[in-house]
Amino acid sequence: MNAHYELPLEDAGYSFGFLDEYAKKEVRRCILKAIAIPGYQTPYASREMPMGRGFGTGGLQLTLSLIGAGDTLKVIDQGSDDSVNAVNLRQFVQLTCPGVAVTEKTQEATLIQSRHRIPEKMLTEQQILVLQVPYPDALVVVEPSEARRKVMHGEADYSRLLVKLYEDVVRFDEITLSHRYPTRINGHYVIDPSPIPRWDVPKLHQSPALVLLGAGREKKIYAVPPYTLAEPLVFDDIAFRVEDFRDARGQRIACRCCGSTVSFLDELIDDAGRVTHQCSDSAYCEEQQEIHSARKQA
Amino acid sequence: MSNKILSVRGLSRIHGEQCPLCISSTGPEHDTNICPHCGSVVAAHDVSFDLYRGEILGIIGESGSGKSSTVKMLYFDDMPTAGSATFHDGDARHDMFALNAAQQRGMRNKRFGMVYQNPHLGLNFQISAGGNIAERLLMSDLKHYGEIRTRAGDLLVRTEVARQRMDQNPRTFSGGMQQRVQIAKALATQPPLLFLDEVTTGLDLSVQAAILDLILEIQHELGTAMIVVTHDLGVIRLLAGRTLVMKHGRVIESGLTDQILEDPQHAYTQRLVASAL
Repeated sequence: MNAHYELPLEDAGYSFGFLDEYAKKEVRRCILKAIAIPGYQTPYASREMPMGRGFGTGGLQLTLSLIGAGDTLKVIDQGSDDSVNAVNLRQFVQLTCPGVAVTEKTQEATLIQSRHRIPEKMLTEQQILVLQVPYPDALVVVEPSEARRKVMHGEADYSRLLVKLYEDVVRFDEITLSHRYPTRINGHYVIDPSPIPRWDVPKLHQSPALVLLGAGREKKIYAVPPYTLAEPLVFDDIAFRVEDFRDARGQRIACRCCGSTVSFLDELIDDAGRVTHQCSDSAYCEEQQEIHSARKQA
Repeated sequence: MSNKILSVRGLSRIHGEQCPLCISSTGPEHDTNICPHCGSVVAAHDVSFDLYRGEILGIIGESGSGKSSTVKMLYFDDMPTAGSATFHDGDARHDMFALNAAQQRGMRNKRFGMVYQNPHLGLNFQISAGGNIAERLLMSDLKHYGEIRTRAGDLLVRTEVARQRMDQNPRTFSGGMQQRVQIAKALATQPPLLFLDEVTTGLDLSVQAAILDLILEIQHELGTAMIVVTHDLGVIRLLAGRTLVMKHGRVIESGLTDQILEDPQHAYTQRLVASAL
């Protein structure tokens, strides 16, 4: 061990943030490289974490490398702060990072780790969004060889992804990708923006907040730096469109809890067997409900 | 502007470790293309020719004579061990093997077309016939869906595949139709140079004739220069104005097709012509 450097070991035997300082340094270096080359999948030495790969180890390693005592963390899973994965990750960070505050309010967080969603509320320059990614390479659906995929990325050769979209339009008259929509960053690399719905893809474009994507199992980190171009792959004459939440009469469906007609909705079936809709972003939904009840009282 | 489109000089491809004796101990006079000293395979050696705009050049020879190897190198499927090729694109000249990978890919996608003997090499059987043509159009940076549809449809009609079958998988097509789709795909970017590698082999005679007719029509219509690789003298007689005869990796005779067929000089060519007649 380096004689000039003592690991800040806690009583529990873990350093702050569970990962040792060398591991965090390596991840931070890869983050810098990822930011310097927007959309490029930077390989890194993904550590073994005390949870199964596929449960957000990539995102967690990014979070643990970035978090400091003054930070406020928010963890979301499927848009909700209360789902099992989000609760577990939040508790783990609380356990291993003393002095870190946690929140459910998007605007209070300095660091947001998420899976499947980007918060409805516009993020700011002061915030960093960490996304957990299962499959980092958008080209994996058309090219099985990683060596060839790397050449394709280097040459920005994405025509085969467009062929896939072409086949979609031929068969279904529209592009049927619901999530993981291939998105071109800064005019060159196409990324798989993690399983966020199409709804969230435009939020990556010129985002004031830094977006970091980490794939633990695939050992890759990539980034959409603040104020960077993020353009979904499309044809010149077929515009990219997000999910359509209109009912059969063309009416925009409202959230059953807060009544919002501008948020991304989850489809639920209630106890009576009826189809209802509810905001996917629970923090946003609660905030809207509070606003409504405050108005009623006033 | 000269009328030349391609000039190939001293093109060689040797598979294996190579020794100084490889060249001197292989070739038609030794009746082998395997070097007896080091076991390297001299697939092609010192192939040189010029091709002019709108011309069809035939390359004929038995299996293993290096005719396909030559075309594969020119289509960047394989890299030569020696030699050069210059592609004249309008007023621009490109030293083909000095280009970087991205430039080679661009040239291959936009300026060349290839039709393989086996449709499985030239077509993607996971996607529709139209999708195969769309792939080439997308590679040449056409990103307008409506235009891709129209052009792919027109190309299929031009190669006599019904427009209604455009959205079907080429797996469901007959061998002749698959070959037509391949030709449509190769022609999608209107390349000035087309490579045809044994396009009619394995098709029945009437389909062969139809495909050859189509190739000739395309040449008349678009003025596309072509290199036709075949072991079938009939194909050469019908298509090619000039012909190279290859054996054991070397060009043993070249000249006007009529001359070669009527008055073959090399013993192998004489045998070849005699056996076919």
